[in-house]
Formats: sequence, C-alpha cells, structure tokens
Amino acid sequence: MAQPESERPLTRRIEPVTKSVTAPSTSSIAVARANGGATPRTPLWKKLLRDPQAVVTTGILVVIFALGLLTPLIAPHGPNESVLSMVNAPPGTPGYPLGADESGRDIFSRLLHSINTAAISAILGTGVALIVGITAGLIGGYFGRATRATTEWIFSLIMTFPGLLLLIILMPVTGGDYRATMLIFGVLLAPGIYRIVRNLVLGVKNELYVDAARVSGVGTLRILGRHVLTVVRGPIIIAAAFMVGSTIAVQSGLAFLGVGSLEIPSFGAMISSGFRNLYIAPTQFLWPSLLLGLITASLVLLGNSLRDAFEGSKPKPSKVGAGQRVAEIDAETLAVPPAVLLGVRGLAIAYPTPSGDLIEVVKGVDLDIARGEVLGLVGESGSGKSQTAFATLGVLPNEAVITGGSILFEGRELIGLSDAQMRPLRGKAIAYIPQEPMSNLDPSYRVGSQLVEGVRSALGISKKEAKSRVLALLERCGIADPARTFDSYPHQISGGMAQRVLIAGAVASRPKLLIADEPTTALDVTVQAEILDLLRDLQSELDMAVLIVTHNFGVVADLCDRIAVMRQGRIVETGLAAQIFGDPQHEYTRTLLGAILDESSYRTDPPVTAPTQGGQA
Amino acid sequence: MITYIAKRLGTGVILALLVTFITFLLLSTSFGDVARTILGQSATPENTAALMTAKGWDRPVIVQYGDWLLSALRGDFGTSVYTSLPVGPSVVQRLLVTLSIIVPALLITAVISTMLGVWAATRGGVVDRIAQGISLIGYIVPGLLLAIGLVVIFAVQLKLLPATGYTPLADDPAAWIRSITIPVIVLTIGGVANMSAQVRGRMIDELRRDYVRTLRTRGVSSTSIVVKHALRNAGSPALTVMSLEFIQMFGAALIIENVFALPGYGSFAFNASLQGDIPVILGITAFGVALVTIVNLTTDLLNGWLNPKARDH
Repeated sequence: MAQPESERPLTRRIEPVTKSVTAPSTSSIAVARANGGATPRTPLWKKLLRDPQAVVTTGILVVIFALGLLTPLIAPHGPNESVLSMVNAPPGTPGYPLGADESGRDIFSRLLHSINTAAISAILGTGVALIVGITAGLIGGYFGRATRATTEWIFSLIMTFPGLLLLIILMPVTGGDYRATMLIFGVLLAPGIYRIVRNLVLGVKNELYVDAARVSGVGTLRILGRHVLTVVRGPIIIAAAFMVGSTIAVQSGLAFLGVGSLEIPSFGAMISSGFRNLYIAPTQFLWPSLLLGLITASLVLLGNSLRDAFEGSKPKPSKVGAGQRVAEIDAETLAVPPAVLLGVRGLAIAYPTPSGDLIEVVKGVDLDIARGEVLGLVGESGSGKSQTAFATLGVLPNEAVITGGSILFEGRELIGLSDAQMRPLRGKAIAYIPQEPMSNLDPSYRVGSQLVEGVRSALGISKKEAKSRVLALLERCGIADPARTFDSYPHQISGGMAQRVLIAGAVASRPKLLIADEPTTALDVTVQAEILDLLRDLQSELDMAVLIVTHNFGVVADLCDRIAVMRQGRIVETGLAAQIFGDPQHEYTRTLLGAILDESSYRTDPPVTAPTQGGQA
Repeated sequence: MITYIAKRLGTGVILALLVTFITFLLLSTSFGDVARTILGQSATPENTAALMTAKGWDRPVIVQYGDWLLSALRGDFGTSVYTSLPVGPSVVQRLLVTLSIIVPALLITAVISTMLGVWAATRGGVVDRIAQGISLIGYIVPGLLLAIGLVVIFAVQLKLLPATGYTPLADDPAAWIRSITIPVIVLTIGGVANMSAQVRGRMIDELRRDYVRTLRTRGVSSTSIVVKHALRNAGSPALTVMSLEFIQMFGAALIIENVFALPGYGSFAFNASLQGDIPVILGITAFGVALVTIVNLTTDLLNGWLNPKARDH
C-alpha cells in the first residue's frame, strides 16, 4: 500500500469554472484560513449604506415624508379649499400645478396633506401592532406553558378572521374615523409580531446566557429587557417596514371605499374621486396612485434590504440533477489511483465563504478500498470525513465545489459525472447508510414504500419482487415484525429500528461498496453493538467492501481490515488495523487511541482478531 | 380521525360564538345612534326610547345575544332594519357572488404558485430570479392600484372586458366569465406573489433535507424526489399559507367588489355598516365565521392526509 502523500503542499492550479464563485488562489485560501474562515462583522448601517436598494428607497421615503411635514409651508391651498371655477382644471393651471379635482380642490395640495394622513395611519397602526405584539410575545415566550397557550389561542383567533371585513363591520362603533380604525387594524396586525417575538424569546430562553443571568440573580424584567430585546430587534425592524406599508395600503383602501370623513385628505379618497372622474379627467387618479405605489413599493423593497442586512442571504436554489460542482482540474498533475474497487487520489473539496472565497475542507485525500475490504475512516468531527464520503456518492451539498483530485470506481472516473450518469451506480454499486436515522426517512411515506422505491429504481424489478425482497431484508436486519414495520410511518418506529431499516435499504440492491457515515453515533449504546454486529455479518454474507466513517476508534476496532486517520482535511496515517492499534505512527492517532484507552481499559493486542465485541461503546 | 375532526369542529364553534358575541357587544354601544338614524327627522328622545324598546335593544346585551343565537341556530337571522328582507337568504346570495371570484382565484393561485415555486427552487439561476421578480411585483403594487390599472387598460382603453357589473353564472356563463375575469386576475396576482415565494422557500428547505440525500443514494430519480417527496412535504405548510390566503382574499374582495360594482358579500357588509343595519351586520359576521371555520377544517383535513404525523395528534 502506497504511503499517503497527505503532507504535500497544495500546489496545483485551481480554476473554478462556476461563475458565481471567484477563483481562489492558494494565497487567498491561506489568508482565509488565517482569519479562521470568519468574515469580520460589518456594522449594520454600513451594510445598508452599501446596498443601493436600501439607500434609494430610504431616500425616497425621507423626501416624501419630509414633504408631508413641510405641507403647511409649501402647500398652495388647504386640503378642502374648493374653487368652483377650477373644477377639473387641467394640470399646469397657474396655482394648480397638477390641476384640480371634481370639487375644484388643488390636487397637489391634497397630495401633500394625504402624505400626513398616511404617516399618522402608519404610526398608529404599526405602533399598536408593535406594542401589543411585543408585550404579548415577551409574556407568551418567557412565562410558562399555560400563559403561552392562552396568548397563542387569542392570537390565532385574531388571525382567523378577515381583518378588512372586521374593520368594516365595526364602522358603527368607530364612526369610520381613520385613527380609530387604524388602532383596531394595529391589533389585527399584532399576531405577526407576536409570533416573531415569541419564537425568538423561546430560543433565547433556552440559551445558556439567560440561565446564567437568572442564576446570578438578575431580575426577570431585566433579563427580558437586556438580552431578549437585543435579539428580537432585527426581525421586528424588518416586520415594521412591511407593516407600515400595509397600514398605508389598508387606510387607502378604506378611504377609497368611502369609510370615514370626506374632510380627511387621503390617497384612497383621491383615487376614488379620480376613478369616478376617469372619463372626464383621466390623469386625476394617476397622481395619488403613483405616490401611493411609490411609498408602498419603497417600503417593501426597504424591508427586503433590511432582511438581507439583518439575516444574511437565505439558501439559494440550484439546479436539481446537475451533479456536483467541479472546478477545472489540471489532469496532468493528478496521480492515477490504482486499479482497486475504489481509488481516491488528491480529493479536494471547498466551500465558498460569504465573501466568495473558497475554503478547502478536504485538502487532498487518498484512499484505496479493495473488493470485500473494510476500511475505517477515523477522525474528529469537522475533519472532512463525511465530505469525502458524500463526494464519492456524488451527493455533496449544492455549495460545495470539488477543487481537485480523482475518484475511480472500478476504473471509472466519478468526478464530473452528472446526476443522471451517477444514478445507475447508486444503490447497485455504491450504497449509503446515514448517521441520523430519523431525518433520513421521508416522514410522509410508509417505510416499506420508500425502500421499495429505492430497490425498483436501482434494479428495475417488479413491485411484488421488490416488496418480498425488502420484507426478507427487514427480517434479515433483525426487525421482529417486518410486515408491520413495512406498513409503519417513520415517526412510528424507534431510532434503532429506523437504522435497521436504512441498512436494509442500503444493502437491498446488493452494492459492491457500502459507505456507512457514523452509522451508530445517534443510537443508544446497547443498540450500537447490535448494529455493528449486523454490519459485520452483512459484509461477509454479501462480500461487500465497506467504508465506515466514524470518530470513534471503538467502532472500527474489530470491524475494519484497514484504518485511515483523518485530520483537518488530510489523511495523516493509513495502515492495517493491527498496525494502527499496535504501533500508531502519527501523534494525532496516538491521541485518538489514548482517548478510548482512558474511557475503558482496552486490550493492547490486535483487536481484529478479538472474538468478542466488548468495549465497543 | 373522528376525535380529530370533532376537536377541530369544537374549536370552530367556540370561535364562532366568541366572534359573534364580541361583535354584538361592540355594536350594542351604537344601538342608540342606529335608532336615531332610522327615525331621522322625527328622532325625539321619547321616540328613540320607544323604538329601542320595540326592537328589544334596551334589554341587557347578554339576553339580546342569547335571543339572537337561539333564532340563528334555528336558521332565522332576522330581517333587515331598512328593507325588511330576511337576512339569511340575502347573505347567502351575496356570499355566492364573492365566492365565485375567490374560489377561481384561489385555485389558479395554487396551480401557478406551485409551478412557479417548484420551478424556481429546482432550476436556480435566471429562472429563480425571474420567479422572484414576478413575486416582488405582486408584492409592491397594492391590489387597489392593480384593479384600477387593469380596468383602465382592459375596459376603458381596449374595451375588451366590462369595467363593472356582474352576470350570474346561471344566466349567461360567457358573460359571467367576462365579468369575473379582471377581479380574479387582481386577486390572483396578489395571491401568487405570496404563495409562490412560500412554495419556493419550502421546496428549497425540503430539497436540503437528509432524506432527500438518502433517496438519491438509492438511485431514486430527480423527478420522483422533487414531485413525490419534496413537494409533498412542502405541501403541508404551503396549505396553511393557502388557507390564510383565502381569508386574506375575502378581505381584499371588499375593495375589488367596490371597484367593479359587484353585488358581493363585501359590498353588502359595507352598506349595512354604513347604515347601521344591525341584524344584517350580525348575519354577515356569523356567515363569515362559519366560512372561516369550514376553510380551517378543510385545511386541517387535507393536512392530515398529506402529513401522517398530523393524523396521530
């Protein structure tokens, strides 16, 4: 077996072809690594200043509302000052820059006054929503279950009724006054704020620092004030931007319908009057519509900018079935893997940082697995073991980029294959057992139908054949009542059982190579031993090669023929299991082995030959 | 399953009682004003008091509510103060007009949003930006402006569709379709803006889940993963959004009905409120709550069908 070249420096030329990712040089990776991979936190206002959308929309809103404040100084006429001779005056009439409406009132002056009506509506509606929502959210989130159930019920009640209809129904009570209406509308908007605050408070409450504050004797109110309000600030500011938009839109809608006093100038009333006058003076409804549209659009776009600044960008979609992203790899510098079942040479995988640089998490991994051989890939979490396994299966996450290396399976290069090209290999040639059993079953389908679908996809056999095969395998995997499990939904079976189901699913198509990613980590200690037994038995029955990924030397001890030790994206040591256990060469291997020796008094003789499974946990 | 339905129905009944009672309580403060409005010029304090007694409005609120509730349970919602027409049949008639706009709008919204959302979530890149752009436009233009804009373009300028008015389906199906086209488009644009963004987000989340990776490693096709697995799991939260969308459209229909002069539920409610026609307002509230309860129950049942976990709770 060739000695791993894991310590060699990364000197190959890397040129990713993906457009969205800037080409990293070795030096930029080194710099990124020196920074610990984290980008320095930029203050919020700086982020917003750099976002043209935020700057432009804020500018528009500031100008509009400043004009509103200056109305008494700059408006040529009062909002209800009507001059008979000016009825439907066209735009450009002296003293009436935008013309006059059906009652001879100056449209420009009414627009300015309407800005103030909109502003007051926004302040009242949003203010009430914030006060009610935040208070209830703090109470519902911070105090016990009973309090929460009550607030929850009240707010879901408010949410289930059409708000606008309620505002109309209550007209005899409010007298149609837009301020009273907006106060009620604020209550109707409160559930949104309540949910945000409650969820965040529940999250913060479970975090250690609030516990620490409570233990150190800080009063409940101060805890709420200090810790919780700092966390909820961002989402609330975002929600407020959207709420201001909807209060203004709703007030306009109601005024358009004619709710409230005709004396109040508002966009809705102006649009309504212009709309009635559409055939006589077609531009009248345009001005208030434009201004209203400009305000609401600016608020929505500003809300989006705020969301980006506070929460960062959300995961983006990528093309399903496109296969893994691969950077341009200079083939000449690559070492060709030997003709074994699976040969990996120089595999490098990188992830983009928010700033667009690539950070390598796997930095040139070499692995060889012969037919029927069991290889343990051991290392601490974050060392790149799972990434190596995913790359071999062709299921790396969308963001990941393979920046170098070669993966040969039965002499065929897997890097660069599309999903469609990988599919015939999956299940039949290479199979996978995941770490977390529950999350790896589709919650919406019965266990059996999921397994049958996989077997049929891989082997193309009939439904009946697939079912009997799956039932037999479930039994073989130690499930007492296979028919019942077959018809169960994932949430109806235990974690240990789910892992047996997943093992059955993985071996159902008789793969040549089984990749097991921490197959026992999520399970109880007693179940762990049983699952390892099952894996060993299946391996010898089916004569599969197995790549078992784990952070626990105990797991690989009596299962593996050979062991590769991985650390920080590199293989630091490879060898026969007996060699690694008996005479570890690398410092890190010794540390890992030391860890299990401390936990239990492990034998020092080669564990491959050990007849019992004692001490695996 | 039966206890599940019973529980949901129970919640609906409590909601109906609470909302109607609160409405009654709030409206009771304005009974005096309503009496004066009915009497008009001849409203002396004596006359008003006499009318209040005649209508039974001077009794304790809880007694009046009990009375109303008992008759309502027998299907009698009283008569309009102004037209003396029975409230129940009038509300149903108006409700049908509104539903004939909302139901088509909701169905079209569901179909377009699912396609657009899935398309954006599985294609990425330019397709995703187009889908997000469509959604943004729907968000930033208020429904009122959209309605007026479409009337100006299609009815006033192009004269393709009637600007206002409603023809019942039974009278002339073709005219019915023409009379609801613009209102449905307006509601659909607003609905798609919200729904497609929700479907997109849910689909992106689902496609990143562990079970998707495991299904892929077994050789399951991309189509099956997207349509059969991810979409079904995304469907359950999307359904909840859709039920809220329905309620939202019910509110939006108020303005739409006004713009297009449709004799619907919203304009009925508006006129009744303007006049202070208490029995009609109460009838409208009761039917509104009943409708909301039915929508929520349907959502829960569909959710139970989509999501096996919900069935067991």
